[in-house]
Amino acid sequence: MGSISLRNVRKSFGTTDVIPGIDLDIEDGEFVVFVGPSGCGKSTLLRLIAGLEDTTGGRILIDGKDVSDAPPAKRGLAMVFQSYALYPHMSVYKNIAFPLKMDSQAKDVIDKKVREAARVLNLTDYLERRPGQLSGGQRQRVAIGRAIVRQPGAFLFDEPLSNLDAALRGTMRIEISELHQHLKTTMVYVTHDQIEAMTMADKIVVLNAGRIEQVGSPLDLYRTPANLFVAGFIGSPRMNMIEGAEAGKMQAKTIGFRPEHIRLSQTDGAWSGTVGVAEHLGSDTLLHIDSDEFGPITARADGDFVVKSGQRVFMTPDKARMHRFDEKGLAIR
Amino acid sequence: MARAINTRSKITFTIVGWLCGLLLFFPILWTFLTSFKTEGDAIANPPYFLFFHWTLENYIEVQARSDYLHHFLNSVTISVGSTVIGLIIAVPAAWAMAFSPTKHTKDVLMWMLSTKMMPAVGALIPIYLIFRDWGLLDSRIGLTAIVMLINLPIIVWMLYTYFREIPGEILEAARMDGASLAKEIIYVLTPMAVPGIASTLLLNIILAWNEAFWTLNLSTSKAAPLTTFIASYSSPEGLFWAKLSAASTLAIAPILIMGWFSQKQLVRGLTFGAVK
Amino acid sequence: MATLHTRASARLMMAPSVILLFVWMVVPLAMTLYFSFLSYNLLTPGAHNFIGFLNYSYFLTDPAFLMAIGNTLLLVIGVLLITVIGGILLALVLDQPFWGQGIVRLLVIAPFFVMPTVSALVWKNMLMNPVYGLFAWIARGLGITPIDWLADVPLFSITLIVAWQWLPFATLILLTALQSLDGEQKEAAEMDGAGAVSRFIYIVLPHLSRAITVVILIQTIFLLSIFAEILVTTNGGPGIQSTNLTYLVYAQALLQFDVGGASAGGIIAVILANIVGIFLIRLIGKNLDR
Repeated sequence: MGSISLRNVRKSFGTTDVIPGIDLDIEDGEFVVFVGPSGCGKSTLLRLIAGLEDTTGGRILIDGKDVSDAPPAKRGLAMVFQSYALYPHMSVYKNIAFPLKMDSQAKDVIDKKVREAARVLNLTDYLERRPGQLSGGQRQRVAIGRAIVRQPGAFLFDEPLSNLDAALRGTMRIEISELHQHLKTTMVYVTHDQIEAMTMADKIVVLNAGRIEQVGSPLDLYRTPANLFVAGFIGSPRMNMIEGAEAGKMQAKTIGFRPEHIRLSQTDGAWSGTVGVAEHLGSDTLLHIDSDEFGPITARADGDFVVKSGQRVFMTPDKARMHRFDEKGLAIR
Repeated sequence: MARAINTRSKITFTIVGWLCGLLLFFPILWTFLTSFKTEGDAIANPPYFLFFHWTLENYIEVQARSDYLHHFLNSVTISVGSTVIGLIIAVPAAWAMAFSPTKHTKDVLMWMLSTKMMPAVGALIPIYLIFRDWGLLDSRIGLTAIVMLINLPIIVWMLYTYFREIPGEILEAARMDGASLAKEIIYVLTPMAVPGIASTLLLNIILAWNEAFWTLNLSTSKAAPLTTFIASYSSPEGLFWAKLSAASTLAIAPILIMGWFSQKQLVRGLTFGAVK
Repeated sequence: MATLHTRASARLMMAPSVILLFVWMVVPLAMTLYFSFLSYNLLTPGAHNFIGFLNYSYFLTDPAFLMAIGNTLLLVIGVLLITVIGGILLALVLDQPFWGQGIVRLLVIAPFFVMPTVSALVWKNMLMNPVYGLFAWIARGLGITPIDWLADVPLFSITLIVAWQWLPFATLILLTALQSLDGEQKEAAEMDGAGAVSRFIYIVLPHLSRAITVVILIQTIFLLSIFAEILVTTNGGPGIQSTNLTYLVYAQALLQFDVGGASAGGIIAVILANIVGIFLIRLIGKNLDR
């Protein structure tokens, strides 16, 4: 009902290749997140799937059918836009009903579906309001409501939470995940926020400069990044990267340790350094250490590990969880 | 302390603000008051401000003697006619430029604006001669066409700035929702464009109503709008100030009210979107 | 959106506007240019001979032309000075919170909507009339001999009338610009120790500079072709004391029926206006790129 396949999909604007050629399979019912830095082509890829942009080459298949030349409405997809793109002159009710009206469905059917969607999304009390009278979170839910009433083969989300504040983003993240569990419909979600990617995705697609760097489950990407880019992009705070003699000892160009995989001590350890800034988060403490050997290193310590700025500390990396990369930046396994 | 200063400054600015406002408005107010005086009271010295014999006689006289209504209708025909025709021509153009811009869109817009730079006297002589030869002098059709042409660039520009503010994502959303081009225009674009079209209509009626170069030069009586009609009072044969005031009040009242309603659009319309 | 409208249909939609404006711009201008090289008077029918630049040399050496150019410039500069300075002051007042702000705003912008012939007649008769006018009454009240405004200082009087019509426009635009000034910027300057005057000079005025430029350029375009006010009040007189370029061309053409000479004047007016126009086009064009 909602599998999407990309076969050597290409897109160029004028002479610049935004997407040089992508192959990807999205299974029915999967929650797939496209993540990457801004300008990596993730939104363009989503708009190609939606049909809002024409492909320069390659084929897009939905449920095995080639839709490369089909208009957006004929692809059976629904999209939630970054700006929500609600119709400002229509009430919430009419906004949600709009796709059904375009589908020429019966009035009572439309009414039933709109009210059901409103109930699921807690919008029942706001049905007569205009979008301008709603908060950001409510607008977001109206946009989602407009998408779900169509019962599409797949949902497309284009950075839907980027206009919300941090707290609301947290709750909407959970709401969308719950919606996915409830509907079991394919969802393709674009974000630049790796926390959204890690928490929501079944499968993450890491994009960089129009190319897929790696595809995998959140934990796959965290545990076994395929290359330096993914290693640096996934995980917060960033993985510590060390080059030079220390890496050479491990037969690698670059070695990487996540901040949480460094054991700290005030008495002894493999490396030493001076604490610059200590960020006490309560549950744990992030230490920005100026190491004697390799410059700045970030380490995550237990919340009980009390150090102050300027204090000396010793660090011992967990060698079992070390990542090694060759000259081309590819992981050595 | 802060409160006291605030109240004091508020009182000061209330006085200053109202003084400025009343000073600027005074000529209009004075015209309005004079229109209810007898001709004798109108030129009385010292002048009467409020305590005079109020009369409606001037309004009746103006209509009876000079057929005010005829010129009023000419003004309505020319201003509304030119604006509506202008809109019909301009809406597709502005639409195309806002929603499917090309490399040359900006140049076309700039060029349209540049036609506004041409001073009217540069075109007066040929237009006068063409009108004379084609029998268009003192005709409503001719005046409507000319006023439409001089306002067309403004109409295109205003519409363009409004249309451009309709976010592209909304149109994409409508397409995702399965709206065909026709339905997209009926249900999404038109309702969103109507406020912009309405304010363009309003501002251009005002501009057309007050246009006083071409109307003065190309009309005398039959097709004369209020601008020309009022100008006929400038002949120095006697002082008919009360009647002049009554005619003036009637000529400016409808447009003044429209202007007050469209004051926000006025700025962006007249600055071609450069100041909002 | 490229898929919604093909280029061809976009061109088709633009065609009526473009063609009409093109014809409107080119045909009269070409005819004016052509006439300007002819000896062509409506009172002397027959052949219109080609006389080269004679019309131009006649027009340019006519003392009335220099006078008209001077009057045009004085009128434009005078009105600009009054409206820009007055507009800034008025906008600053209207930007403050006070009681009845909305109503005062309506009062201030009202003169802009008065048709030129009405405002010219009202000022000429009821305010500036040397015997019965209100100004004369005020002057007598102050013990001064009233002056005959339109006879004694015709150009200044017209400047006043036109400034009254355009002051609302300048005020409204400057007020709009003023209100778009970020309040935090003013507060930051206040925290930095800037007093009211330096806040105005260093924060407000630079913010307004763009709006001021727009006001100056747009008004200049309209002020260069002031016509109705002169026709109604002074007919360019006494003599040619209040004749501007537009009125001079009008008088040459429709009062003296000298089509050739008037056309040469028209072309000169077009050239002058274009010099101003180029600046305006550039400025607004920059805004488009935003």
